[in-house]
Amino acid sequence: MKATRDAYGDALLELGRKYKDVVALDADLAGSTKSVKFKEAFPERFFDMGIAEANMVDTSAGLALCGKRPYASSFAVFVTGRAFESVRQSIAYQKLPVVLCGSHGGINLGEDGGSHQAVLDISLMRTLPNMKLVVPADYNETYTAVLSTIKDDGPVYIRTSRAKSPVFTEGDFVFGRGRALRTGRDVTLVACGFLVWYALEAAKLLEKEGIDASVIDMATVKPIDEEMLYDFAKSTKKMVTIEEHTIFGGLGSAVAEFLSEHYPIKLKRIGIPDVFGESGTGDDLLCKFGFNAAGISNTVREWLKKN
Amino acid sequence: MEDLEKIAKEIRKDILLMLNMAGSGHVGGSLSCVEILVSLYFKVMSYDAKKPSDENRDRFVLSKGHAAPALYAVLSKAGVFPRDMLWTLRKLGSPLQGHPDSKYLPGVEASTGSLAHGLPQACGMALAGKLDKNPFRVYCLMGDGEMDEGLVWEAFMSASHYKLDNLCVVIDNNTLQIDGRCRDVMNIYPLEEKFKAFGLYTKSVDGHKFSELISAFEEAKNNKRSPTVIIAHTIKGRGVSFMEDKVEYHGVAPTDEELKKALEEIDEGD
Repeated sequence: MKATRDAYGDALLELGRKYKDVVALDADLAGSTKSVKFKEAFPERFFDMGIAEANMVDTSAGLALCGKRPYASSFAVFVTGRAFESVRQSIAYQKLPVVLCGSHGGINLGEDGGSHQAVLDISLMRTLPNMKLVVPADYNETYTAVLSTIKDDGPVYIRTSRAKSPVFTEGDFVFGRGRALRTGRDVTLVACGFLVWYALEAAKLLEKEGIDASVIDMATVKPIDEEMLYDFAKSTKKMVTIEEHTIFGGLGSAVAEFLSEHYPIKLKRIGIPDVFGESGTGDDLLCKFGFNAAGISNTVREWLKKN
Repeated sequence: MEDLEKIAKEIRKDILLMLNMAGSGHVGGSLSCVEILVSLYFKVMSYDAKKPSDENRDRFVLSKGHAAPALYAVLSKAGVFPRDMLWTLRKLGSPLQGHPDSKYLPGVEASTGSLAHGLPQACGMALAGKLDKNPFRVYCLMGDGEMDEGLVWEAFMSASHYKLDNLCVVIDNNTLQIDGRCRDVMNIYPLEEKFKAFGLYTKSVDGHKFSELISAFEEAKNNKRSPTVIIAHTIKGRGVSFMEDKVEYHGVAPTDEELKKALEEIDEGD
């Protein structure tokens, strides 16, 4: 069990070792986002911008305009929400190679409550032209995804999580490619973030009930792997999306938009309904919103009965 | 100085012409910053118009992006692109976007327009210069109305914190914003005391006097302790009597009749 935010810290450190143009910025949360590892190794290339996320994002743009490769991190709720206008005007509009990392994505951060839980960051970033968007499933995938951003010529948003979660991929991440972790006949579960693990566990529970599910790890939410969606829509004729995010504008919406235009089939979106988060332990919240294996398998089974 | 005065007149005429042809745009705040831009590009900055991407060049960021016509006229006069391009301002497919866009036009260092984003980008450039031990300087022009934005103060705070003595900010203090007098819309004065409290070296000048502007820029170059902010006292619409200090001329283009009158007035000054 490892947190994806640790992978961000470790990969950023590795990038710092390899490339002297890599610089890192944080907004007084280096210990939480894990950019602290870079800060300790390369203090001269690390800029703490204080509790001023918008200024951090704009300053990153200026650094990028002078040839630097900035990696700017904060809580997902702040770097995408509070700093949205700076991300829009200075990063996305100029198509600058700035990597934004939003740690503490979703509701699993728990006790701090709804003010700190990012439930609409994917939606905000997905709407920006030029922005790529990655929600990796585990430590290994996050590590590879962060390393791969150095080859990009435009902005990338990476969402990481606070909670420790199982490490189950080989880290064979390729931008824009989904990965089929399991192939079944009856339904396809498309998930992102560490909920991919729960989707796999749910598929095992469903198998015991005679439901044969495919599971896709859709780490790149934008640009989404349309080819893979098409193939699986065709083979299973039913699809379920699973994300720790509002059902408006995130992975579920991306899949719905594609399917409705190219291969209309029945779709169920599992996510956070039209509400904010709240306080509780991460596990209690995952349970409340039906994101654990039992919750997902129950929703899928009941939906399949009606559809 | 005579040359600079002559250039300033030509820039003013180009601003009026291009805005008239575009049929929209911001005339008042473009005319108020002409001497500031002319001082920078024709006297103060280390800048080769034939090499607008040279890594050692001084950078200029127009944080008050709505004064784009003034920047375009100056860049073209300096030789970054041909004067003919000015007449494409705001037209579909033109690199001369309504507000400066770094993607399309060499010489535009940063995309701006949404206020306050120029200063923190300029800070990022200044940080990069420090990291690379490259002595280039970064200049940033802001409006006084722009000071309303909270992000401006986040950026000033960090400029001072990181001791960006390679950064020089100029405030085009024309005292007007869209809805009226700055002091009536949102009173951001006194500015000088605020800048001083933020740890910035501050200098007030007449923003239409080349001698005062240039000596302030030279003083800023020699200040190795902190960023410098030059408060340039200016008149919105400067150079065209019927536009001067008139809030109505913030965001409009001159009509054909107004253009004729304005050009005549500028030429009469010769």
